[in-house]
Amino acid sequence: MKSLAELAEIRNKMKDKVSLREGSNDIRIVVGMATCGIAAGARPVLNTLLEEISDKGLSDIATVSQTGCIGICQYEPVVEVYQSGKDKVTYVKMTSDKAKRVVEEHIKNGKPVTEYTLKESE
Amino acid sequence: MTMKELSLNILDIAQNSISAGASLIEITIVEDDETMTISVKDNGCGMSKELRESVSDPFTTTRKTRKVGLGIPFFSLAAMQTGGNLEIDSKTAEEDPSGHGTTIKALFYKNHIDFTPLGDIISTLCTLIQSCKDYDIVFIHEFADGSKVSADTRDFKEALEGMPLDNPEVLMWIRGYIAEQYEK
Repeated sequence: MKSLAELAEIRNKMKDKVSLREGSNDIRIVVGMATCGIAAGARPVLNTLLEEISDKGLSDIATVSQTGCIGICQYEPVVEVYQSGKDKVTYVKMTSDKAKRVVEEHIKNGKPVTEYTLKESE
Repeated sequence: MTMKELSLNILDIAQNSISAGASLIEITIVEDDETMTISVKDNGCGMSKELRESVSDPFTTTRKTRKVGLGIPFFSLAAMQTGGNLEIDSKTAEEDPSGHGTTIKALFYKNHIDFTPLGDIISTLCTLIQSCKDYDIVFIHEFADGSKVSADTRDFKEALEGMPLDNPEVLMWIRGYIAEQYEK
């Protein structure tokens, strides 16, 4: 049976790690989570992004956050990737499987998956 | 046409509470043998009388990107198609300086053929908790037999003493904490 004491344990473990996740986050991943996004399937895309980033040890360089309506509802689920010094990349019609590829090829290896982007879909 | 699971509607309605600047969002599900009542209560900025009256109209929205707002209409439709209803109670800070906010309460008849399943409520909660730096979520699910599932981010934050809740290990723990209660 899980107890809140276990959470305190996790915290104590993290306290000893060098970076407590502030600072070097260079990449911001933003998932559209308005009615359009939710109806189109954004929730599993967000979950997969979180899982993949955690599993691949990328939590120190990338953060994931949610946003409201981006304005291109017919292309939802939409995931935007912001990286300082680089152009914003807008991924459209995302799925959990596509999210896995994006984390591996773009977030980890720096190569955006152009076939999933808005420009390719227009 | 509505969402495939009520847990997605709940996620959607809770996003409104976040946009309204709420610091506390209470999501409650109460079931008896025949009905399920879902309420999302927040202490955000509330809606003016005009907005309250038109908010179930799909052509009413606060977003600037589109002229349509389907969140509340979808939730209302999902309830009504089972023979239930949706109630909106809202007060702006002007109307009630200490009790402002919005409560959306929907009643569903579970045995109706058009009852949308609740679905993956745990994922909805985790999605909301992942970005809960500026607000707290209190969740209670009461079943017909009297058993209960609950989660309160204030308890989590207290145990974590300032460590962010969007840490992957923390999120995994929270997911397990809620899942375990449902298994019982």
